[in-house]
Amino acid sequence: MGEVLVASQAALAEEGRKVVSVDGVEIGIFLVGTEIVAWLNHCPHQGGPVCQGRLMKAVEERLDDDKKSLGIHYKEGSLNIVCPWHGFEFDVRTGKYAGASSLKLKSVPVSIRDGGVYVRV
Amino acid sequence: MSDQPKISELPIIDAYTHSNDILAKVQQQSADRRMEDYLIVDVDSHIGDAEAWPEVLKFIENDATREAAAFFGGGTGRGAFINNQPGLQMQHVGGRIPHGAALQEKIDDKSVPRVVTLARRAMDSMGLSYQVFFPSALLFLGMHPVREMEVELALAYNRWIVEHVLPHEPRMKAMLYLPFNTPEAAEAMVKRFIGAKGVCGFLVTSTRYAPVHANEYMRVYSMLEEAGMPIGFHAHHNWNNEYTKQLNRFLSMHAISFVLSNLVHMTNWVINGLPERFPKLKVMWIESGLAWVPFLMQRLDHEYLMRVSEAPLLKRLPSEYMQEMFYTVQPMEATNMKLLEGTFEAIKADTQLLYASDWPHWDFDVPSRIYDLPFLNEQSKRNILGGNAAKVFNLEIPERYKSKY
Ligand code: FES
Repeated sequence: MGEVLVASQAALAEEGRKVVSVDGVEIGIFLVGTEIVAWLNHCPHQGGPVCQGRLMKAVEERLDDDKKSLGIHYKEGSLNIVCPWHGFEFDVRTGKYAGASSLKLKSVPVSIRDGGVYVRV
Repeated sequence: MSDQPKISELPIIDAYTHSNDILAKVQQQSADRRMEDYLIVDVDSHIGDAEAWPEVLKFIENDATREAAAFFGGGTGRGAFINNQPGLQMQHVGGRIPHGAALQEKIDDKSVPRVVTLARRAMDSMGLSYQVFFPSALLFLGMHPVREMEVELALAYNRWIVEHVLPHEPRMKAMLYLPFNTPEAAEAMVKRFIGAKGVCGFLVTSTRYAPVHANEYMRVYSMLEEAGMPIGFHAHHNWNNEYTKQLNRFLSMHAISFVLSNLVHMTNWVINGLPERFPKLKVMWIESGLAWVPFLMQRLDHEYLMRVSEAPLLKRLPSEYMQEMFYTVQPMEATNMKLLEGTFEAIKADTQLLYASDWPHWDFDVPSRIYDLPFLNEQSKRNILGGNAAKVFNLEIPERYKSKY
């Protein structure tokens, strides 16, 4: 199908995310800081609508010098997309699963041109 | 121009999203796999009965309890007399799984109870012919400190289902709660509701301290055996026992305690020879996943062979009895396909396994999980997704599927 205009740059800048269906191919486009990324809206778990879930910081368990737990806290600078079906979390920048697994979201080429957001389907 | 791609925007999913939008991909999965001629029966699903609790309370027969209940929840009756346990409200993983808290979508249709609309939306999205649902609100009731409260609330709930919910939707079926801590009341419940329209079995919530082999239960088992009605043991969590109290994360507690109760009940069931005493009784184990079954089969066979004098009613190995019981699939552990395949073989999945979604709970399974299993042939998939359930529950197979079943 080639490149398809799916949103205006202004709308993406305002909302930070757009999830679109292009002839049935579902794509999530995210603006993370100044970076733009796009992932297939297909969770590697049960095929759920991963890009339509919540964006949340990742968490980390902090330990002190004696390796005692200081509890679970948000990880500064992180951002995960969480699949709304069962909670699988992926780093929205890299598409990698947030824990011990090699699962990954499938990337979709995306670019911004002349005020428009284009994906290659 | 006709070759312009069709572009539409998809919603962000939150607690208020319409079930059909949350589950839109299930519909797509079924279409992609051409599953339209598969009979699908969901043997374990739930409805938003916590929201409907004030409606349930109206069916309490003891007016002293009924009137007292109205004063709970700031005068709404919500949550009245329910003994929830720690952790119940953690199912949404800190807000990460919005529907894990509750389906809060808007429903304008007031012609049927809200729970019926929610069930219809789920059935339509998942392509279900039938949905057997369970009382989420009662899953801890077996631990209620007031014994008679179990009886009164169970009766109210069962009446609410039979009189208020089921008449609206023939695709909805229910396994009714047995107040198992009071065996005579459990018998009375069977007597009262057996044959009621839409009632397809009876249910013991597994979170309880009640040895299932106690003599007091024999009459209820024989009543169900005689009626050809399945008895199900529906697991739930329990963060209050001395073992699980040591677990500091919901995931750890959930992983262990959903299995623990059924491990205990199944062990008592088999070792005390209940399959020999009630050979025709259909026994079903619900929502413990599957991995526990081959574990327990091996464990019990191993011990039985050395201590046969402690289980004299058995004429076969424990695992052989377990192969004749029924299991619901969810939550299907599937990180090791070889083990899963071995599990399916061990439990004779072809005839004994029943698809279950557990929708709308946070760890629900979609029908394509079964369809996509690489080691199943088409007939096995058909059996597990619906054929086995149709047999166990005596469900009428809709005309459009008949030629395949
Ligand atoms: S489908 Fe995404 S977490 Fe299960």
